[in-house]
Amino acid sequence: MQVVVGSLLNGLVYGMLLFMLASGLTLIFSMMGVLNFAHASIYMLGAYFAFETSRWIGFWPALVVAPALCGLLGAAIEVWGLRRVHQNGHIAELLFTFGLVFIIGRSVQMAWGMLPEPYRVPALLDFPLFTLYGLQFPAYRAFMLLISAGMLGAIWLLLKRTRIGLVIQAALTHPGMAAALGHNVPLVFTIVFSGGCLLAGLAGVIGGNYQSTEPGMADSMGPIVFVVVVFGGLGSLAGCFVASLIMGMVSTFAVVIDTSIADLLRPLGVALHGDDLLGEILTVPVARIGPLLPLLMMVLILLFRPRGLMGTRDT
Amino acid sequence: MTRCRSLAALAAALFALTVSAPALRAADNTIKIAYVDPFSGPFAATGNNFLKVFTYILEMINAEGGPLGKKYEIVAFDDKLQPAEALIALKSITDQNIPFVMHCVGSNVGAAMIDGVSKHNARNPDNRLLYLNCGALATELTNEQCDFWHFRFTANVDQRAVARIKTLPATVKSVYVLNQDYLFGQSVEKATLKYLAQYRPDIKVVGDELVPFGKVQDFSPYIAKIKASGAQSLITSNYDRDMNLLLKAGNDAGLDIRYDAFLAHQPGGPTSIGPAGDNRLTSVMEFHDNVPAEENNPAAQKFIDGWRARADFNFIPLDYVTLFRMLTAAINKAGSTDALKVALALEGMKVTDMMGDENIMRAEDHQLLSPLHEAIFTRSAKLDAEKTGLGWKTEAKLSAADLTLPTICKMKRPAS
Repeated sequence: MQVVVGSLLNGLVYGMLLFMLASGLTLIFSMMGVLNFAHASIYMLGAYFAFETSRWIGFWPALVVAPALCGLLGAAIEVWGLRRVHQNGHIAELLFTFGLVFIIGRSVQMAWGMLPEPYRVPALLDFPLFTLYGLQFPAYRAFMLLISAGMLGAIWLLLKRTRIGLVIQAALTHPGMAAALGHNVPLVFTIVFSGGCLLAGLAGVIGGNYQSTEPGMADSMGPIVFVVVVFGGLGSLAGCFVASLIMGMVSTFAVVIDTSIADLLRPLGVALHGDDLLGEILTVPVARIGPLLPLLMMVLILLFRPRGLMGTRDT
Repeated sequence: MTRCRSLAALAAALFALTVSAPALRAADNTIKIAYVDPFSGPFAATGNNFLKVFTYILEMINAEGGPLGKKYEIVAFDDKLQPAEALIALKSITDQNIPFVMHCVGSNVGAAMIDGVSKHNARNPDNRLLYLNCGALATELTNEQCDFWHFRFTANVDQRAVARIKTLPATVKSVYVLNQDYLFGQSVEKATLKYLAQYRPDIKVVGDELVPFGKVQDFSPYIAKIKASGAQSLITSNYDRDMNLLLKAGNDAGLDIRYDAFLAHQPGGPTSIGPAGDNRLTSVMEFHDNVPAEENNPAAQKFIDGWRARADFNFIPLDYVTLFRMLTAAINKAGSTDALKVALALEGMKVTDMMGDENIMRAEDHQLLSPLHEAIFTRSAKLDAEKTGLGWKTEAKLSAADLTLPTICKMKRPAS
């Protein structure tokens, strides 16, 4: 019980962080048809911007400044970079964002060095919120939940309840018609790309001190975010939300499961030992292969439901 | 078609470049040392820090007058912590006729290097090289996999495990063992359990866990498991990101236990744990900034002060200085950089390290026998680590003799 409740909370926190990252990615993809490889790099930049800002003027301004910087950077990338390579097709765009990963990664190393930065939780939030079976739940994690839930609400309102949202949705499905009706579709593209980067930056601000702010953080978050987006269905915000939570829970719960497939087979009278290859695979406890599970789930969903959980088109 | 042709031309040009590289090597006054480690990816911080350390040490060694009156020159190669990348680097190193290759991070890469160097030397008797291992710690590398062309200039997992277990306080009665799921972590797990049973049969192992290497984003679920187990101490060999995130999750949850680590002193560890680690984190290390003051050694103090002024960072790897002292002595003794002659000179070599302790390169398995310090992370340390305000303070020092363990190495020696 104690482990279940704890894992549920931690899975929720991690899942919501994944959602903050993946939502921006999926928005950009559904809009422009581009998988932005540099998304996790923007997340990393958000963390570094927040660290730098919080060093000079404090964490609370950083909560606004760092995402804004990431948003501006996103807009610049879209206007001066993506828009130019767009005419050469999707492969060119993909390669462009792939190149950005290296440029941003190197720039961060040059600017801040290779070691983790001491980006700490603000003093105001640095206390245990409550104690659960002897383990504290930090207030900062609750704050993360609050921010991500607030972001979810804001995106939903923006897309479903405002005029801008209407235009974005129109440009998403019928760009030609939206342009013919006099809407500035390229501007909408810029707004969406910039908005996606802003969300990634915000995720960086609150993820940077939840994990550690270091040049490797983009590499370690990148793959899992793509898994979430593909699993949830490319372009589907709701699918992305569900997939994020599932992945957060799977990663967290896998750790506490010490049983292996062989253990499940044992009551059936099948005895296995880890001597041969098959036996070894079957006797590995789930906890040891936890981080592989999301990837396995992605492979399965690509095999049996290529459009993802709630996707509207095949990937 | 054009693309194919231009690719072929490019390949040809590259080939010409690599082939002509040895010819370009000047008959210069330097001895090149190749250094292979991760300089990109999640473990880049360690490689980069070590490169700075080597540069600093080599300035000192070169100023003392290098081997045969020549200067050492370090040439860095990025292996991204991948055995395959390390072997590609090795190819390029042998193409340039560099006689020595150092590699520090990752026992999986170390195992590949031993194999690669050994095969290369067997096939190219007139262009051999030595693998100077500065940090691939798995004991197997000098036991089952021991090789004539491999020398390990740092204490191995078993030596560290003995130091770790022997220095656990008598009050600790239950421990949780957590390691990374790859060659090194598994080696530590095995050694920890073995020496716990041997030296501290009163301690109960309440948990034994292998975590995926470099993949875990949040260690909170592990912390919950550790809490539920009721362990008094967490024994772990995690390093870099895996260590930082583990400590962070433990702090966040207010887990009130001892952290008895193997590698918490690695770059980034002190920054990540910060003030919350005060008097709770211990680690087993070769050396730390406060050792010269503790043992009242002005020469070593000067070395440390110079490093801190230069790098604005703390210093751990004293055995890297020993590595170059031994290598220099061996090259001088051999009268050349020929791999076979230097290897024979290194065998059984005794050198006093900077603190005046005797280090021995054991001939049977090419394992360095050197002292280790068990130190606690505390506010009361004089020199801090990574500007955290906290530093390492020695609790126990184990001599090379304390840490001399039997080996099962059956070395195949070259006919000479």
